Amino acid sequence: MPEIRNYTLNFGPQHPAAHGVLRLVLEMDGEVIERADPHIGLLHRGTEKLAESKPYNQSIGYMDRLDYVSMMCNEHGYVLAIEKLLGIEVPERAQYIRVMFDEITRLLNHLMWIGAHALDVGAMSMFLYAFREREDLMDCYEAVSGARLHATYYRPGGVARDLPDFMPQYEESKWRSKSAAAKANKNRQGSLLDFIDDFTTRFPGYVDEYETLLTDNRIWKQRTVGIGVVSPERALQMGFTGPMLRGSGIEWDLRKKQPYEVYDRMAFDIPVGTNGDCYDRYLVRMEEMRQSNSIIRQCLEWIRNNPGPVLTEDHKIAPPKRETMKGDMEALIHHFKLFTEGFCLPEGEAYAAIEHPKGEFGCYLISDGANKPYRLKVRAPGFAHLSGLDEMTRGHMLSDVVAIIGTQDIVFGEIDR
Amino acid sequence: MFDGLILLIWTLIKIVLIIVPLLIAVAYFTLAERKVIGSMQVRVGPNRVGWCGLLQPFADLFKLLTKEVIVPTNSSRFLFLIAPVLSLAPAFAAWAVIPFSDQLVLADINAGLLYVLAMTSLGVYGVIIAGWASNSKYAFLGSMRSAAQIVAYEIAMGFALIGVLMLSGSLNMREIVLAQGGGIGHWFVVPLFPLAIVYFISGVAETNRAPFDVAEGESEIVAGFHVDYSGMAFAVFFLAEYANMIMISALMTIMFLGGWLSPIDGVGDGFHWFLIKTAFSMFLFLWFRATFPRYRYDQIMRLGWKVFIPVTIVWIAVVGVAVFYGVEPWFDIRDLQTAGQAALEVASGDGS
Repeated sequence: MPEIRNYTLNFGPQHPAAHGVLRLVLEMDGEVIERADPHIGLLHRGTEKLAESKPYNQSIGYMDRLDYVSMMCNEHGYVLAIEKLLGIEVPERAQYIRVMFDEITRLLNHLMWIGAHALDVGAMSMFLYAFREREDLMDCYEAVSGARLHATYYRPGGVARDLPDFMPQYEESKWRSKSAAAKANKNRQGSLLDFIDDFTTRFPGYVDEYETLLTDNRIWKQRTVGIGVVSPERALQMGFTGPMLRGSGIEWDLRKKQPYEVYDRMAFDIPVGTNGDCYDRYLVRMEEMRQSNSIIRQCLEWIRNNPGPVLTEDHKIAPPKRETMKGDMEALIHHFKLFTEGFCLPEGEAYAAIEHPKGEFGCYLISDGANKPYRLKVRAPGFAHLSGLDEMTRGHMLSDVVAIIGTQDIVFGEIDR
Repeated sequence: MFDGLILLIWTLIKIVLIIVPLLIAVAYFTLAERKVIGSMQVRVGPNRVGWCGLLQPFADLFKLLTKEVIVPTNSSRFLFLIAPVLSLAPAFAAWAVIPFSDQLVLADINAGLLYVLAMTSLGVYGVIIAGWASNSKYAFLGSMRSAAQIVAYEIAMGFALIGVLMLSGSLNMREIVLAQGGGIGHWFVVPLFPLAIVYFISGVAETNRAPFDVAEGESEIVAGFHVDYSGMAFAVFFLAEYANMIMISALMTIMFLGGWLSPIDGVGDGFHWFLIKTAFSMFLFLWFRATFPRYRYDQIMRLGWKVFIPVTIVWIAVVGVAVFYGVEPWFDIRDLQTAGQAALEVASGDGS
């Protein structure tokens, strides 16, 4: 009698559903998964080690590249740890701007997630619809920082600069006629705030459209209900955070439980699931998008009415204004010191965590009093989620593995770091 | 002897007259797919080659023609190369019995329906052999899925056509269409609505199109059975897939939508109606693809075995009872047959 062996399938790293560079070794009995063994490290860039050899401010850009679909949230976790160790105050306006851009980032991340997840499950159109909206949000990134993805906008003590009074415009070109350009520029006539205002009024309608395509779709439900069930106890034990934890029915959100910045002044709800399956996590994230949209609107209101500084006045930490530098010796010295050696943190350690779109993103910083960290440890939510992949996929079919990878919202930038 | 030669040449000319427009239709169907899905997904689709991208199919063709057909070292070379041919040949052969209009048909054979069923189910061997011969795990999974799927849906499809048989009382495609004479209310889609739905969905499943594209399963098994194919060998699979889609649409038109008959009785029957109806069914294929998520492999089986087959069996029973009691206006079979006979006589009278 021939020996019956399990089928071993190498899933990725070059696989359309591998979300980057996931390498999964699947042991299968026919189409049923017996064991899923994720291999990581293919996108390891040594972010934590690189940070040890650079002044604090120069590592902000590396944070963007961790989870490269929710850039500003990564920066936020990092600058929050620095601020905690420095013990400085962030101007209120900067806090509001940070909260607003955190939520814009959450929309960016969740849009990417719904697009990729639906594409994995086979609903191709969702991907393109989600990217249509992402385009507008990335324009917001571009307007404040000049970069569409890797913004490097947050600074210890505030944000790099105030919100601009105008939006970049489309120009007539060989590919875009004058009328098409005028049409595209229609909601870009005012300031960035007007543009975001316009977007947030449109956005709930878009979420409705997505829900029309998916929420009651029989195929979508068949593919997600009861797939990758995680019990609340197991979710806690495995260190799940964010929508992965809330999908299992545990109401845990750092924005509510340990409010940072001005989240305690925001009115929003935490959606939770009941069954802990892919469908519940889908519903949780959809509702989060609506909540984020309302938080953005609340910030918008405040930012419009309250002008003020957006970066701390402590010029040991943040550079002085360009004009003062021209006439003031002290300002020039501050500028020179900041851009040659940066600032030093007092000796000690600090952990700061934020509610990243994917879960709890934390930075653990140890300082020996130098101008660079002694050690930086990044707590990436995706890492814990990926560790649970084996347990979530066991006994499911090959197609479900794809759905579960989608629901975990894995991005390898943060897992491999 | 001489007569035989003339018949042979004449038949060959007719074959060319069917195959060439079919190939052009396939080429432009790929473009239509990209354009239609593009506009459903708020993008433009191909618009660089030719006016509005009209030459895109030829650009694709020439690109694929000039690419190397890579045969993997561990594959079974003969089977690997024969598989695309095996999937293409039946896709084209089935067209022999399709009546495009009252007179336009290559082979007006009596058992046309059986011939079509045989040919459409042969195509799956190409898929199975391709997956097997590639000697790759992904391709193998794809062909296994395809084999299981085809069994379930062939049965549902066959049952759906039994209803058509009962109403038309003939296996000849032309007579099936003629039995639907008398305006839109007499098309078989009205009395056989559940069967028409089952037939069309089974057709989508049989052509491995979304949402039943598990054999290809882009995001699961990469490209399934044709993951190791490249160049023209790959293109041939696509040709077969698209020819099959047009085929299923044409069959849908003939069996349920009254073929070349006009929706209003006797007003402007002809080839154009066949085209319009087929194009409508083809559009549905594209619409499905842009809208639905993909079924899981076992859910497809469940749908086939536990939903479609019971539905068809029940409706066949309903049709049987209705035919027995001769329920007007659809199920009075003798009436239908005489109508068909009369139409046939008229048609042959015109021909001579």
